[in-house]
Amino acid sequence: MKREIIISGFGGQGGLAIGKNLAEAGMAEGLNVTWAPSYGPEMRGGTANCSVVLSDKPVGSPVFAHPTELIALNEPSLAKFEAGVQPGGAVFVNSDVVTDKVQRTDLHAYYIPCSQIAEEVGNPKVGNMVMLGAYVAQTGLLKPETIEAMIHHMFTGSKAKLVPLNIEAFRRGMACVQ
Amino acid sequence: MEKELWKGNEAIAEAAIRAGCDCFFGYPITPQSEVPEYMSVHLPQHGGVFVQSESEVAAINMVYGAAGSGMRAMTSSSSPGISLKQEGISYIAGAELPCVIVNCMRGGPGLGTIQPGQGDYYQATRGGGNGDYRTLVLAPSNVQETVDFVQEAFDIADQYRNPVMIVCDGLIGQMMEPIEWHPIPKRKLPPKDWAATGRKSREHNNIINSLYMAPEDCDRHNHHLAEKYAAMAKNETRWQEHQCQDAEIVITAYGTPARIALTALEALRAEGVKVGLFRPVTLWPFPERALHNLAAASHVKAFLDVEMSSSGQMLDDVRLAVEGQKPIHYLGHAGGVMPTVEEMVDAAKAALKEVK
Repeated sequence: MKREIIISGFGGQGGLAIGKNLAEAGMAEGLNVTWAPSYGPEMRGGTANCSVVLSDKPVGSPVFAHPTELIALNEPSLAKFEAGVQPGGAVFVNSDVVTDKVQRTDLHAYYIPCSQIAEEVGNPKVGNMVMLGAYVAQTGLLKPETIEAMIHHMFTGSKAKLVPLNIEAFRRGMACVQ
Repeated sequence: MEKELWKGNEAIAEAAIRAGCDCFFGYPITPQSEVPEYMSVHLPQHGGVFVQSESEVAAINMVYGAAGSGMRAMTSSSSPGISLKQEGISYIAGAELPCVIVNCMRGGPGLGTIQPGQGDYYQATRGGGNGDYRTLVLAPSNVQETVDFVQEAFDIADQYRNPVMIVCDGLIGQMMEPIEWHPIPKRKLPPKDWAATGRKSREHNNIINSLYMAPEDCDRHNHHLAEKYAAMAKNETRWQEHQCQDAEIVITAYGTPARIALTALEALRAEGVKVGLFRPVTLWPFPERALHNLAAASHVKAFLDVEMSSSGQMLDDVRLAVEGQKPIHYLGHAGGVMPTVEEMVDAAKAALKEVK
């Protein structure tokens, strides 16, 4: 099993955090993982992306041209990376920000209204957790319990009150593809 | 041992603290700024000294001074900043002081780009400073190796009283990967009885210097250094071979391209291509003998050297080691572009086609 995932969006949308969560959860489940961010001037107000590998074998290259899955949080991301996705791969689109549709017919497209759901659960910042839920539910790669345990671990002390909110967002995301 | 997810640069800093680094002197530059950033917060908490110097030149001279007083001293930078440190590195090598220098390489020349590069191979292995000196150069290709090497580097430096360089690249510095903090084998280290710590009741002054006015003295000093470098070459040369036992085409690569090559190996082996990887782990001393012997094996038909450099720098050492026994091909990108798995696969097949 090897998954190569590109997560891309505007700085501030939480794309890099989705990648870190996937890497953390993969590690917790005993997988070999890497997380490699794009770094450079494009991160200031522009599009930032990261490449994540989850594998049951040691990871060779942490960067790749042909992801198995693409998570596109904004339009430039979809435009940039759609062409490279492996045939039969999946594209997760934040449909509240991206109005374009996936053009290729050999890909599975999932349109997730991340921002709208995040508003509904009470905080626009948790849109990325909605997307993470959709990814986890659709791919079946990682156990939802692992992610939820991680959320408990992530928010402690004065931030512990954010746990139910993030778990709700994660579960709503899962429900989008179930 | 529990695995933890660490970003390369932060892991470098934490590894140095765990190795007993007393002093860190540095100046920010992408893509290594998280090293001084982490150090600025955590080193003082462990009783160490962090100074953000006014320049890279100042930083390396602070390392010179701290190392001369027996402290475990370190600096880190990225390519253009390492260029500025070359004079100091030459002085430190000449004065026989231990220190650890990390170069998180980016593309050059000049300011080049902030993206990953390997164009500093010559500078690291030939010496960017003046005179007959060597630095031991370790080239990790993942975050685990990087933290292991940083910890070991302090011991190697102390053992030989010589600067040790860790060269990684922007990708290793920026990426996150699970690591384990396993104990590093401790070396038996000589006492630092040469350190300039104040004369106290000592019979003589300890003097830290790289200046020898009498040519005979300077000649003697250089021969002493050469003997030390010969011992380092004998004891510290490291490399790794992957699937070389039956390989017809052998990729030579270090750092990030070496780990990209591991994925190329998988793809090529799946197609039935007998491919292997020879990865120098120390760039100086270069694993010349091992590569020479591999080139002599009858099953090896050709080599493919891959670097993040436009026309190849390690390529020179590969040629010196192979000594014309087999053809050597080259694949490289510079300026922040990384060679891809697909390019390596195609280049390996093309190289093999020529000799079959």
